[in-house]
Amino acid sequence: MNYIPPAWILFVGALLIPLLLPKARNWIVIVFPAIAFFYILHMHPGEYWKVSFFGFHLTLLRVDKLAKIFGYIFTIYGFSTGIYSYYLKDMRQQLASLIYMGGALGVVFAGDIITLYFYWEIMAIASVIIILARETKKALGAGYRYVLVHIFGGLCLLAGMVLYIKHTGSIAFNSFTLHSISTYLILLGILVNAAAPPMSAWLPDAYPEASPAGSVVLSAYTTKTAVYTLLRGFPGWEILIYIGCFMSIYGIFYALLENDMRRILAYSIINQVGFMITGAGIGTAMALNGAAAHAFAHIIYKGLLFMSAGAVLYMTGKSKCTELGGLYKTMPLTLLFGCIGALSISAFPLTSGFTTKSMIIESSVHQHLIWAWFILEVASAGVFLHAGIKFPYFVFFAKDSGLRPGETNKSMLLAMGILSFLCIFLGIYPKPLYHILPYKMESYHAYTSIHVITQLQLLMFSALVFFLFLPLLKRTDTISLDTDWFYRKGGRLLYAFFDWALNGINTVVDRFVMGLVKTLASFFSDFVANVALFLFVNLWLLKGVSGKKLEIKKETLYYDIKEDSIPVGIGAAISGLFLALLFLLR
Amino acid sequence: MNKRDFLERPETIRLLWRLLYITCGLTVVAELFVHRHGLFGFDGFFGFYAILGFFSCLALILIAKLGGLFLKRSPDYWDRDEEGRQG
Repeated sequence: MNYIPPAWILFVGALLIPLLLPKARNWIVIVFPAIAFFYILHMHPGEYWKVSFFGFHLTLLRVDKLAKIFGYIFTIYGFSTGIYSYYLKDMRQQLASLIYMGGALGVVFAGDIITLYFYWEIMAIASVIIILARETKKALGAGYRYVLVHIFGGLCLLAGMVLYIKHTGSIAFNSFTLHSISTYLILLGILVNAAAPPMSAWLPDAYPEASPAGSVVLSAYTTKTAVYTLLRGFPGWEILIYIGCFMSIYGIFYALLENDMRRILAYSIINQVGFMITGAGIGTAMALNGAAAHAFAHIIYKGLLFMSAGAVLYMTGKSKCTELGGLYKTMPLTLLFGCIGALSISAFPLTSGFTTKSMIIESSVHQHLIWAWFILEVASAGVFLHAGIKFPYFVFFAKDSGLRPGETNKSMLLAMGILSFLCIFLGIYPKPLYHILPYKMESYHAYTSIHVITQLQLLMFSALVFFLFLPLLKRTDTISLDTDWFYRKGGRLLYAFFDWALNGINTVVDRFVMGLVKTLASFFSDFVANVALFLFVNLWLLKGVSGKKLEIKKETLYYDIKEDSIPVGIGAAISGLFLALLFLLR
Repeated sequence: MNKRDFLERPETIRLLWRLLYITCGLTVVAELFVHRHGLFGFDGFFGFYAILGFFSCLALILIAKLGGLFLKRSPDYWDRDEEGRQG
């Protein structure tokens, strides 16, 4: 049996979209991810579609447990975003979303690095279209910067792959054991997509500028395919522990400063991906399983949070905390779903975060990584602070903004309902998720009385701090500078510097060259004239010409030579004179 | 404005504060009923996670507040720049 790559199912859906009527298009983006899900469900592990390409033997489809768990969640989430965006009448976004999801499926089911790279770039292009489709000036600018950053990441990846293939002769995509410039470049390219600082600013810059449905789609795929690639290619690379821990705090720091609700959520993606990358870095079966499970749960609750924020933006046209507040009165269901997402991301008992994130933290304990464990616990407490309470509190409570938007449309509510159900289902009954985890390990039990009590202590005291120090957390209508400053402001400074330096050099060189040329030109033109005058004046004096006549003759000759208007005869005479002089002086 | 909503009444807010304190207290009291060993030794004492949650969040807030002094800008920071460039 030769399966088709599941990515192609979504590509076929994308091809159908322009051919259909608007309502049918909305169904395509719901149905095709569902078809892909059931297709993946029935695929047996193995390698399929081995084709030859410029002398390389590509494996277009590799099915194993690690690929499948990401395949499941990518398609389940695709299905829910399809329902969420049922209101959408923009064909570009629908088309780009399906291609983007297809690209993500392509990456996780790619059997070699060349195939992976191909799908990787498809994702980059499709995601830019989703960002640009909002057609605001800000979206345009953010999309442009997004392209630049991802071109950089893509080039690192490509350069690393070329060097790797040249060095090892292999295009297989398994865990890299070689530590050299080639694998470092590949890692760097992947970390750009994982939004690891300092290459992280593209995420909070671009995702919040997309449309409500657009940012819901974007929130899941790019960073999580990067997590997949790290789990497959770089398990146990110690540097990932440091990067991951740093990300988990970095995301909280910026999320606490942010005023825009979708930007708060964007920063909390960085925070959550930090947990997963730490898991990849720890590299034990439990850590890798924890990272995969956490990616699975994270896509659901982060999607849910983006959906509720998107619903608020859709209904009110506002996304700043300073302009929102008091929406619980008119958007109670959106509030309920948003809170379920918020509790899940905070790993509250009975939600999916509790049953997945704890696996990563426990694996750090098993490896005696005290500081990593400590940072992850601090970050867990901080998550409740910035995403768990801050987001719902400032959007739905805090103050009465006077906005009375009413509940959002039914398709959005349905999508949020489905994801909310999954958050709680996986929190209460995580067995099905544990069952599909990729690596063999001892059975894991999240619900021990100690774990529940310590987690509740951690979270409730975080909540206490939030409300006790609320005056310190009051939102201000501000933005915060991130590392994009370096290429936004820095780029401009660089331009100004080169403008000053290069144009300065240009002016100096111009003056020097023009001055030299002028001097030389006048010297040489006068040189000929002076020699001619010397000869002729002496000749004329010998002939007895003098006075005014001599002056006129001198002047005429001088201008004739300067203006190159000497009659040929005179020229010939001068030449003759020179020759005569030469003969006499011999 | 219509009359004050349930959640806006001072007595409700007082009740919510009380509930918050009680819940926090309960999570600590609950620890009396389990036998918890520290994972690394230093974390074994009673109420460790409550203290960790409280002080790590306080530290995060203060660090963010401090960072905000240097990093916060007016929301038209980038737009203003673009206008300047065009002008």
